Amino acid sequence: MATLVSAGLVDCDIHNHPASEARLRPYLAERWRRHLERFGGRNRHGLAQGYPYPKSAPQAARVDAWPPGGGPPGSSLAFVREQLLDPLGTSFGILNCLHAGAGQMDVELGAALCRAVNDWQVAEWLEPEPRLRASIVMPFDAGDLSAAEIDRVASHPGFVQALMLVRTLEPMGRRRYWPIFEACERQGLALGIHFGGYSGHPVSSSGWPSYYLEDHTAMAMAFQAQLVSLVFEGVFERFPGLQVVCIEGGVAWLPPLVWRMDRLFEAMRDEVPELRRRPSEYVREHVWLTTQPVEEPDRPEQLIQVFERIGWDRLLFATDYPHWDYDDPARAFASLPEGARERVYSGNARALYRLPES
Amino acid sequence: MSRVIDCDLPATAPPVSALHEHLDGYWRDTVVERGLRSIEPSYELPGSGVREPAMPADAELAVVNPITAIEALHSEDLAAALARGLNDWLRSRWLAADPRLRGSITVAPQSTDLAVAEIERLAGDGRFVQVLMPLRGQHPLGRRLYWPIYEACVRHRLVLAVRAGGNIGSAITPIGWPSHLVEDHASQSQAFQSQVMSLVLEGVFNRFPDLKVVLIRSGVSWLPSLCWRLDKNWKGLRREVPWVERRPSEIVRRSVRLTVRPFDAPAEAFAEVQSHLGSESMLLYGGGEGPVPDVDYDENARRTYPRLRD
Repeated sequence: MATLVSAGLVDCDIHNHPASEARLRPYLAERWRRHLERFGGRNRHGLAQGYPYPKSAPQAARVDAWPPGGGPPGSSLAFVREQLLDPLGTSFGILNCLHAGAGQMDVELGAALCRAVNDWQVAEWLEPEPRLRASIVMPFDAGDLSAAEIDRVASHPGFVQALMLVRTLEPMGRRRYWPIFEACERQGLALGIHFGGYSGHPVSSSGWPSYYLEDHTAMAMAFQAQLVSLVFEGVFERFPGLQVVCIEGGVAWLPPLVWRMDRLFEAMRDEVPELRRRPSEYVREHVWLTTQPVEEPDRPEQLIQVFERIGWDRLLFATDYPHWDYDDPARAFASLPEGARERVYSGNARALYRLPES
Repeated sequence: MSRVIDCDLPATAPPVSALHEHLDGYWRDTVVERGLRSIEPSYELPGSGVREPAMPADAELAVVNPITAIEALHSEDLAAALARGLNDWLRSRWLAADPRLRGSITVAPQSTDLAVAEIERLAGDGRFVQVLMPLRGQHPLGRRLYWPIYEACVRHRLVLAVRAGGNIGSAITPIGWPSHLVEDHASQSQAFQSQVMSLVLEGVFNRFPDLKVVLIRSGVSWLPSLCWRLDKNWKGLRREVPWVERRPSEIVRRSVRLTVRPFDAPAEAFAEVQSHLGSESMLLYGGGEGPVPDVDYDENARRTYPRLRD
């Protein structure tokens, strides 16, 4: 990888996972340990284990990502080093833990699980591995509890971002989420919005589709709806320091969405008079995108046109290890223009997350 | 400019009182007794559309699309009765006013059976060229419960038109209810993406290869990124939908058409959007303001609408 990016790769989406629920117990209060034993967790869907849209593979993982010593993909730091960080020459990797705590219907349980996950991340990932940084997980539909969790752990230098999942209970611009934005500003953290979540609303605007293929593709639409909400609710007017990272949503939908928002803003701006600038301007200054799963036009130069419209300074390379739709940094997209490559694979993430030179 | 075929002439929802003469006794009594006076949508600017029958100045033919929220009613019988009344109102008020006007059969998607019956009732009137469904409904449009509607479309050489809007009382985005109308409208391109995906992946175009789907007031520029993403995901996940034997983008280019107004990209990006679409034949002219790309709209319309070839 040294030839690809001389400054050292920054991978903006790596998934760590507890080897088992038992591994979180030392970080949970007795009350919540008993609660989980008796009642389990409750997400906004009907299955106690697994997913209403069964994934393409167990845990949605690459078949070769199961650690030889046992446990689910992403549960062994040693194997993440061996399979990902060392061979890619990764300078820094951003951990986004997708443990189910954040989506609990009982937000008090969710908050307890998120505290446990964050403490586990510090003890078992950030302290032992200097190349890793992490996102703070939080019960994101409860803005107050989430802000409290950000403030509790933000002083650890390994945390560079607070993490929401894209399918939220309400559009992200609404008031319930504002304490999160305040806390991100206060602590100098980026706000990551990652693929996934169970909002309880149908995953399309017209009911539940049948297939995982649709569920997966429709994530890009949830990202679009979130940017619409953040922009038109005036979040970037109210929180001018907020930097939002769309993680695992793809990228090519952004220029058309911005065109659409600008056109509608021209026509209907008196409905949202607190907006002082065009949607495109807010997006340009506040929104970042990780590249995976990058769209693949037949003609690679069309993807370059899309990147140019988004802006080379806003794109962040990500692998999504250990998931099945992993993007390989050497193969995910056609060769980028000189200069752009360093930024996408390294420089942009270093600037956003304030990572040291390596 | 030569005259064109205008595939989207939006007609303002009539007051329900205008439908009284087209409702049978029970339903006329119902709407009067119960005070049902309007089927105007909440998701449009008040008074949207054209009130009085009139040919657009630049059109040689125009397809009229009434703007109503019939999908919002929870009784499928009431909804179907209003759709019948609306369609008969469209015939007497609009289609009779000018021989160059063509109509859309509004169906209430609450009941497939009643929707098919309405298509059968009106299919003999050659002025109707398409069946009109709302963008946002109870289920994705590819789901099999709707297939009898598509079967009726193909049998009667009608196009399926999907018009922006719709609200059945559950969240209008996958992340809940947005605060503002401008967000509702901005998010409708995501709903169109979902519907195109559903129609392709459920196999609607395998079962009905002659069906054309026209997206109305959809915008256009969102389609290429959807196709790119769908092709990639199909490559990885096609075992789940083995009947989809060709790349989704090829199926979309063959079967999906979009009206161009309002065009959602700036003029400087027209060439780029068209090259990303990869087809000259998907765009249909729709009236309204603003510049649009230069393609052969009439040729596209005649290839899309079997009944415009008669």
